Amino acid sequence: MDTDFAKRRRRDLILAFCLAAIAAIVPLFVKDSYVQNIMVLTLMWAALSQSWNILSGYCGQISLGHALYFGIGAYTTTLLFTKFGVLPWFGMLGGGLISAVIAMGLGYPCFRLRGHYFAIATIVIAEIGLLLFHNWDWAGAALGIEIPVRGDSWLKFQFARSKLPYFYFALALACVAWFVTWWLEDSKWGYWWRAVKDNPDAAESLGVVVFNSKMGAAAVSAFLVAVGGSFYAQFVSYIDPESIMGFHISLLMALPAVLGGIGTLWGPMLGAVILIPLTELTRSYAGGSGRGVDLIVYGGLIIAISLARPQGLVGLFSPARKEAKQ
Amino acid sequence: MTAETIIQSLASGLLMGLLYGLIAVGLALIFGLMDVVNFAHGEFLMIAMYASFFLFAFFAIDPLLAAPLVAAALFVFGAVVYLLIVRFAVRAKANAGMVQIFSTFGLAIVMRGVAQFFFTPDYRSVTHSWFGGKTVSIGGIFLPQPQLIGAAVAMLAFGGLYYFIHRTDFGRALEATREDAGAVALVGIDKNRVFALGWGLGAAMVGLAGAIMSIFFYIYPDVGASFALIAYVTVALGGFGSVFGAFAGGIIVGLVEATTALILPPSLKSVGIYAVYLLVVFVRPRGLFGSM
Repeated sequence: MDTDFAKRRRRDLILAFCLAAIAAIVPLFVKDSYVQNIMVLTLMWAALSQSWNILSGYCGQISLGHALYFGIGAYTTTLLFTKFGVLPWFGMLGGGLISAVIAMGLGYPCFRLRGHYFAIATIVIAEIGLLLFHNWDWAGAALGIEIPVRGDSWLKFQFARSKLPYFYFALALACVAWFVTWWLEDSKWGYWWRAVKDNPDAAESLGVVVFNSKMGAAAVSAFLVAVGGSFYAQFVSYIDPESIMGFHISLLMALPAVLGGIGTLWGPMLGAVILIPLTELTRSYAGGSGRGVDLIVYGGLIIAISLARPQGLVGLFSPARKEAKQ
Repeated sequence: MTAETIIQSLASGLLMGLLYGLIAVGLALIFGLMDVVNFAHGEFLMIAMYASFFLFAFFAIDPLLAAPLVAAALFVFGAVVYLLIVRFAVRAKANAGMVQIFSTFGLAIVMRGVAQFFFTPDYRSVTHSWFGGKTVSIGGIFLPQPQLIGAAVAMLAFGGLYYFIHRTDFGRALEATREDAGAVALVGIDKNRVFALGWGLGAAMVGLAGAIMSIFFYIYPDVGASFALIAYVTVALGGFGSVFGAFAGGIIVGLVEATTALILPPSLKSVGIYAVYLLVVFVRPRGLFGSM
């Protein structure tokens, strides 16, 4: 049995390497800044969705509150930079660690909850975070914070003239999130998570420490999402609670994975590549003239895919993989 | 803070709470019937508010009179949503939980888009209705009339629902289907029909709530979002699927919100509700009145 699985994993790794290499040269030919912007966002949401997928897809704990970690990442970097002059790189790491710790702290009571009770608890916790930031004057309250421009530099992670550095960072982030998933898939944790997802009681009786494996998934997932949030803050250089921690952020993180294939290695990537450009394009073409059309297209697509292909689009590309998963 | 202000806000919290219960009960009913959470519930409320607004704007029908009409329209809408979307979502062979969450989420987004497209994102309100903006004084406590009417309608609706579920054939079919949908098919009850009627009934309840809410709330395409979250908390607090739980949950939520508003800045009033939800489920992971 080992050979097939090992072969598949090797194939995945080679495929990922090739795709990353191709992606890396695309912006050298595509210079339009609008298109580059979409590419950056696509890679970022792919990375975020991939990270979300670790907890919600592999481990089966559906979180609809990951905007909290995204926001903590964004705020940690921005506050450290604007208030104390700490370089964004440290903020990124710090935000990631804070989020991981918070995820475990929240996981402690929350992982006793199941199904809808858990999902609603995640929404509610993210909403509390949002309201607290809304009322936190030192952190800019509802108005948010603008990151002051200090000239283009890698050190300060600011680039006003070109989108390329953002693109390569987003690409790297997507690769890291993918690779972490790939690596965990075949680790002890990966097997535990799938067991926890399929049947927590049976897993427990077979000696899987269900609680710890949920905590592990939450920490990894939150860390990566916070790094994504830090990146986003640098990218847009202005953050406010609603745009960073609103419920739509949690939803946007979940959707690519759901559309592409939840709990699969390639699902979030595939979902993001389809969904994000489509969202951006409908928003700019239909959003201006007939407001709301973008939402109708977007929502319609979600209904259609979730009804027509509940296992996600990823199976369409490789029927053999689906077989292997079962 | 005087005793009067405390009583005042608790009283209005209680009134609002009854209305929260009415908003949430449709959600609880549907969940109890078929284990599906309707994530477009807030948008059901939103279209009910618009329906009431347009009946008022074009035909000068007061929201209170419009309420039964809106409820009837929502009944049809709910049944259609079941037949067109949910019926297929519950049949999904893979990721069943995910599919029903996201198909109803998709519906919510479409409904918001449609509302923006046809009604524009402008804020609208029903002006000069019978009770809008009026208050009544009871023993020195001032209570807003729309909320009083809302609370009365909510209690009537709960009474009606109780009677309906326990005393009518359809209500019994509903109960039986929720107990065991498979066995019900054997005695010749069409499961799909019961589910469709259940969705219709749930939507009709939120339609009633929407008509009342249109008297004293601004109406805009995203109005459902904040009430939806309160409705989920209400339902989960009471224990998913329990109609009585939604009623009790609503009252608790209303009182907690009013109390929080006394202590914290008004913009944080929802924090109290969320915190109470977390406290309750951490102690009782199935909500206050949930079984299983």
